[in-house]
Amino acid sequence: MIAEILVLACLVIGTVFNCLGILGLLRFPDVYTRMHATTKMTTFGSFFTALAVIVYGASLFLGTGDGQYVTLVLHTAVAAIALAMTNAIGSHAIARGAHRAGIKPAQAVVDRLGEVPP
Amino acid sequence: MLAYIITFILALLLYLLFTAGSGTLWLWSPSELIAGVLLALLTAAVAGKTLCRGKDYRMANPLRLVVLFLYLVGPFLVEVVRANLDVAYRVITGRIRPGIIRVPSGMKTDFSVFLLANSITLTPGTITVDIDEGTNDLFIHNINVPEGWETRPAVKAEELFSLANLPAWIRRIAE
Repeated sequence: MIAEILVLACLVIGTVFNCLGILGLLRFPDVYTRMHATTKMTTFGSFFTALAVIVYGASLFLGTGDGQYVTLVLHTAVAAIALAMTNAIGSHAIARGAHRAGIKPAQAVVDRLGEVPP
Repeated sequence: MLAYIITFILALLLYLLFTAGSGTLWLWSPSELIAGVLLALLTAAVAGKTLCRGKDYRMANPLRLVVLFLYLVGPFLVEVVRANLDVAYRVITGRIRPGIIRVPSGMKTDFSVFLLANSITLTPGTITVDIDEGTNDLFIHNINVPEGWETRPAVKAEELFSLANLPAWIRRIAE
């Protein structure tokens, strides 16, 4: 019963953050600000979705003692960790590539990287 | 030699993680355990030199790994949650003040710079755009540059995080 409520809460939080990420993609002006919304908030949302799976698998394992639910929990945890690592490195690569390609940050109040000679 | 042992242990742990729940010997079946040891030996023989190229084994210390885990579930998680709520507020209201600022990291080893840059990137609202490899300065795209920061030539890394002192934690882990 408690596990069901927890799973539901995690799924709701995850979906809300994923929706906000998409909203940010539509509202923000340029590639850098859009990346804040799409890469970070969707990672946070996906983390909560993964957490829902982990809670679900753990509650079933405690109920039945079946080994396959341990596999479910561990594989989801590995997927979440891989998502976090690839997300950080990937968004850094996109931002660096965009700046090297000459895209200026829109509405920027300051651009210290643009002042550095290449 | 140490490099091969570290690679063997890492490969074995990863294999055990992926096959947990396959049998009754604790959580693994005997055939999976034997296959895991053989495959880990093969991985160590092939990739041992490549994985630990830096000849820097301080992260193999279990105490540092424990502190790294505590850092990830403690102060780092708090900062990520706070920053997510902040960016959610900016998505809804549209109040942004973007800009790229220079942040001297003050880190000495490659791994600590890597950890700090990725911590900054995973915190919403800040992305590491580039790194000055000579001085280890980071260039951070900030979605909301606070008033007054745009005139300062450099901003300390500690000031990016308002709730916990993440650079001090990273120094404790990796230096």
